[in-house]
Amino acid sequence: MARRAAIVATGQTHHRSIRRDVNGQELINEAVMRCLEEGELTIDDIDAVLIGNMDHFEGINYVDCWSVDGSGGFMKPTIKLTTGGTTGSTLGIAGYHLVASGAFDRVLVIGWEKNSESDTTGAINTAFDAIWDRPFFAGAIAGLAVMAQTYAHLYGATARDAARVAVRDRHHACLNPYAHLRKETSIEEVLASPMLADPVCLLDMCPRTDGACAVVYAAEGIAEKMCSQPAWVHAVASRHMYSYISDADTGTGTMISMERASAELYKKLHIKEPRKKIDVIEMYQPFSWAGLMWIEDMGLCKKGEGPKLVWDGATDLGGEIPINPSGGVVATNPIGATGLIRCAEVALQIMGKAGDRQVPDVNLAIATGFGGCAWTDLLAYGKKKPT
Amino acid sequence: MSQKQVSSKERELEKKDLLTIHSAKEAEQLFHYSAGRYGSRFLEEMQERKRFVGVRCPKCRKVYVPPREVCGPCFTKMEEAVEVGPRATLKTYTIIRFPYIDPETGELKRVPFGYGFFKFDGADTLFQHYFPIDDESKIKIDARFEPVWREHRTGSVRDIEHFVLVED
Repeated sequence: MARRAAIVATGQTHHRSIRRDVNGQELINEAVMRCLEEGELTIDDIDAVLIGNMDHFEGINYVDCWSVDGSGGFMKPTIKLTTGGTTGSTLGIAGYHLVASGAFDRVLVIGWEKNSESDTTGAINTAFDAIWDRPFFAGAIAGLAVMAQTYAHLYGATARDAARVAVRDRHHACLNPYAHLRKETSIEEVLASPMLADPVCLLDMCPRTDGACAVVYAAEGIAEKMCSQPAWVHAVASRHMYSYISDADTGTGTMISMERASAELYKKLHIKEPRKKIDVIEMYQPFSWAGLMWIEDMGLCKKGEGPKLVWDGATDLGGEIPINPSGGVVATNPIGATGLIRCAEVALQIMGKAGDRQVPDVNLAIATGFGGCAWTDLLAYGKKKPT
Repeated sequence: MSQKQVSSKERELEKKDLLTIHSAKEAEQLFHYSAGRYGSRFLEEMQERKRFVGVRCPKCRKVYVPPREVCGPCFTKMEEAVEVGPRATLKTYTIIRFPYIDPETGELKRVPFGYGFFKFDGADTLFQHYFPIDDESKIKIDARFEPVWREHRTGSVRDIEHFVLVED
């Protein structure tokens, strides 16, 4: 029987395009110190450190050791995880597993990236198979563009529908002091921004960011003493599917890993009407089109009805089911941290510490992770302890 | 965050002091990837006979291109070679208009170019390749294509120049 576990503290950097003033370890340390400060903790309160990024962005291949000065891992068990785009959400899940299993009582989890240190698309390509994928694959933008193309073809969604999602998240980002891109955008501006890969325009797409995020997980019995309102993990689900990008479901208009992971998550949560039960979602939505496609795959509405839900304002702050009150990934994307920022942001929502981006009275919140050949991680956090 | 007040001159100096160290500019660090028995045969068939040979899963009957030993969903060894193509259907595509560094060459890619996922006749998985974009209006999902072979072939997916539109 797994122990209950919760996030008791979070910290993140003020995310930027380039942080020349700090090296990687110093960037990591900024997030760790903010996390410990927020939780009124010291590094002595931490039993183990879990850290992750996509190492090919910085070309540092033993981050667990190399980061010790910044992470606080000196003479502690330190583990590195990296699973591509899902790195941050995998960290969130693994941190929970380490505490829930009884292995450790208090685990510091860190996700970080200094995307400015290499060519993001070139580095992403090295994540893919050298013989079959790499000669042609043009990174995340290309992979996402082909998914959107199929979805638009099958369900008739338009660039204007997608732009509405970008406008929403870019507006929300203006309410988040940590967000990287904080500028209001109009639908016309999104549509007029340079076409990167049809149908994806520059303002539909996430940036590359330098930033880090840290959270502390603690076990039941300890968490309540560390934090007046812990964000309890209620359920997690994860689906990895393919080796090669051309095997992935790019030609189906559905992200099957998300559909299956959602079904598992809702079963574990005992919920049948996710739209009614979930109070807020922080979605790893790397481009605007995902804000149409993946809310359908999450079962918030029927296939093809994503645009309507978005245009109705249901996913805006103040709407029925706000998505990405932080501004999400189109505003901030330090890739190895991106999934963990989703977890930290929903924890802040549950703790009531989300400032201007706070959704009132959050009882159940979902964080998602996306990466690789259309992989999905899902994490559900709640205000009350899970039953 | 402590907001230190600094004059513009100080800020200028501070910027100058922040160094960026460039790495690997002159490096040539090669990798040597094994294509395996199945992958090698596929590439050899392309190079020598301009044929595509996939593999069928004995359980789910799915035909994989490129071939590999194990069907992941069934977790079953595959042995039945199946010739597919050369005609193929475009299942999804985009036109890449942003330049990026090709990790194979270290150089900026020349854009725009067509990037498609093709389903060979008889195959169940997709195969990535380029297509020309002289007439964008004819590029549509479900359009029919075929490969154009390079004269000098080396046993690589680049033995195909690109895929071109065909009338069926």
